[in-house]
Amino acid sequence: MTLRVKDLKVYYQTLRGDVHALDGVDFELADGEIMGLAGESGCGKSTLGKSLIRLDSRMRHVDGTIELDGEDVPIAKDREMNRFRYHEISLIPQYAMSALNPTRKIGRMINELLQSRGVRPSEVTEELNRRLELVGLDPDVLKRFPIELSGGMKQRVVMVMATLLNPSLLIADEATSALDVSTQRSVVESMVEFRDRGYVKSMIFVTHDISLVYQMADTVMVMYAGRVAEKAPASTIINDPQHPYTKMLIGALPEVGATTDEARLEGIPGTPPGLLHPPTGCRFKARCPIASEECSETPPLVEIEPGHWAACWKTGR
Amino acid sequence: MLELSHVHKVYRVGAFGGSTLRAVRDVNLVVKPGEVVSLIGESGSGKSTIGKMVLGLTKPSQGTITFEGKDVTRLRGFGEKKEYYRHVQGVFQDPFSSFNPIFKADRVFEMIRSSYFPDVSDADWREKVLDVIGTVRLDPANVLNKYPHQLSGGQLQRLLIARALLLDIRLLVADEIISMLDASTRIDVLNLLADLKERGLGILFVTHDLSLGNYVSDRSVILRKGAIAELGPTRRVFENPLHPYSRHLLSCVPQLHRTWAEVDAELAANPPEDVVLPTVSEGDDSAPLVEAEEGHFVGIDQR
Ligand SMILES: Nc1ncnc2c1ncn2[C@@H]1O[C@H](COP(=O)(O)OP(=O)(O)OP(=O)(O)O)[C@@H](O)[C@H]1O
Ligand SMILES: Nc1ncnc2c1ncn2[C@@H]1O[C@H](COP(=O)(O)OP(=O)(O)O)[C@@H](O)[C@H]1O
Ligand code: SF4
Ligand SMILES: [Mg+2]
Ligand SMILES: [Mg+2]
Repeated sequence: MTLRVKDLKVYYQTLRGDVHALDGVDFELADGEIMGLAGESGCGKSTLGKSLIRLDSRMRHVDGTIELDGEDVPIAKDREMNRFRYHEISLIPQYAMSALNPTRKIGRMINELLQSRGVRPSEVTEELNRRLELVGLDPDVLKRFPIELSGGMKQRVVMVMATLLNPSLLIADEATSALDVSTQRSVVESMVEFRDRGYVKSMIFVTHDISLVYQMADTVMVMYAGRVAEKAPASTIINDPQHPYTKMLIGALPEVGATTDEARLEGIPGTPPGLLHPPTGCRFKARCPIASEECSETPPLVEIEPGHWAACWKTGR
Repeated sequence: MLELSHVHKVYRVGAFGGSTLRAVRDVNLVVKPGEVVSLIGESGSGKSTIGKMVLGLTKPSQGTITFEGKDVTRLRGFGEKKEYYRHVQGVFQDPFSSFNPIFKADRVFEMIRSSYFPDVSDADWREKVLDVIGTVRLDPANVLNKYPHQLSGGQLQRLLIARALLLDIRLLVADEIISMLDASTRIDVLNLLADLKERGLGILFVTHDLSLGNYVSDRSVILRKGAIAELGPTRRVFENPLHPYSRHLLSCVPQLHRTWAEVDAELAANPPEDVVLPTVSEGDDSAPLVEAEEGHFVGIDQR
């Protein structure tokens, strides 16, 4: 078992009160598993990624535990977390490619990063070159500035950087969303290759593009308003989802070839609830077409069949 | 309604503007009222440059762009430009950049009022605003009187479309307006475009995501390195892509029920017939198209 997250609660402190961005998140990630993470904007995907790396000054670890390869991950203790960053857990943040320092050449950026992690750059030069080549980049990119690279090239550089120290867990937050389809495909295929070669043990891949997840992920977890709605093998989530929210989310995806003339797809009416004062009971009930009285109690996340979890009163078989 | 004829755009690039880059090459294109035309292509293929030229934000190096018979590149003075923007508006990828964070988001409506409708009464104006907010399916209570950071990307994007609708627009240039939105919001915005099209609006829909381009559009244009690789009725372009580049792009679109490996295997088992592409001689910057079936054109091969 690589990662075990139990009842994780992380809040943002704001002037108006606590934003309950993660409010009891439970899941496990196995060795070698690539998990897609989906859900509407604001449901807590990026917060989950950030929490596993570094809580910023306004984030507070309220409750819950994280275990990686059997060891407790002390996310509330910034100093103790240092040992994990890049060595054990790596994050490719949302908008990573636009966040590269424009005044530093790529090579220098990588060297500085390694030094800050206590690694001598010369120790990994050979490996670095090998991996750049593997993702289709000329080692020449090390001598270039970020602005001289295309979006796809930058995204590959970021991926090689994040995995250079063979972390156990890689979290990629919308790492390919800004890329066109053919570049997206090659970046995603390199990620799978990195897993296959053991450069990373397991991966969380955050995206709005569920059809992309289907191409590469073993499992998919769907979040809603700071909690897990459903987690299952990728093909189950796409072909046989059980949670009403997942069903509506999948229903909103255009198939290649679908057009508005034939049948309009529907978005999910309404918007997710604010997390400053999250609703009680099932958080989806205001938008759920089959909500009933029992939904005013919070449904627990239960394993409805092996490897398939859902948090809904109507799916608990 | 909108017609691009032999449009080129050459940028000066390099340290001292020493070399040039042909970002758009010999593009011919028509958008009719009530028609959605998708511009599809990878990043750097010239999509946004075409959008900017149509909106008069940059001038073509060669060729003409006309809107309802008038040459867009020759709009002179404030008055003519203002008239043009009454009918032609653009919405862009990053909605946050179109709002000033220190003002409430609905200020964008006030700006339209002060330049185009100074004489409308407060009550009439309010009704007009509520009307367009309804059209983009927002709840006024959720979006009025709020600062940009209090609204989501999808809400801001729809406010920008609502702003465009305050004017009597006939053509909308939508540049990558949904790539930043989540799947549910994407469909809402796409359905909104389909509603507008039914009201007779022409839409130039720029995207790098082919499945989205396909969902709303009547005709699709696949651009490569500034030139048109393929142009035709959307359905035909997707069912029967003719240009090797279009075929490659289509095979990379992630599909919900088929993996890339399955798509590749199928292509290898039934390779499509080769189509004879038009050619140009070395140094010729034109980009001719040949009509392979009715209304379905293929362009030159550029490697
Ligand atoms: N710095 C912050 N201060 C207060 N609230 C925040 C902060 N950052 C995020 N939030 C809130 O926490 C919740 C979760 O945000 P998060 O960024 O994790 O969403 P997300 O699922 O990654 O969305 P997206 O798909 O748009 O990237 C949202 O309600 C958001 O408004
Ligand atoms: N203002 C500019 N100056 C120089 N080159 C530019 C400018 N704007 C765009 N380009 C170049 O023109 C090409 C087409 O760009 P663009 O139209 O933005 O493509 P797309 O929108 O399809 O990604 C790219 O190579 C880009 O780098
Ligand atoms: S618990 Fe009730 S409200 Fe929540 S998703 Fe299930 S049926 Fe809908
Ligand atoms: Mg996010
Ligand atoms: Mg662009």
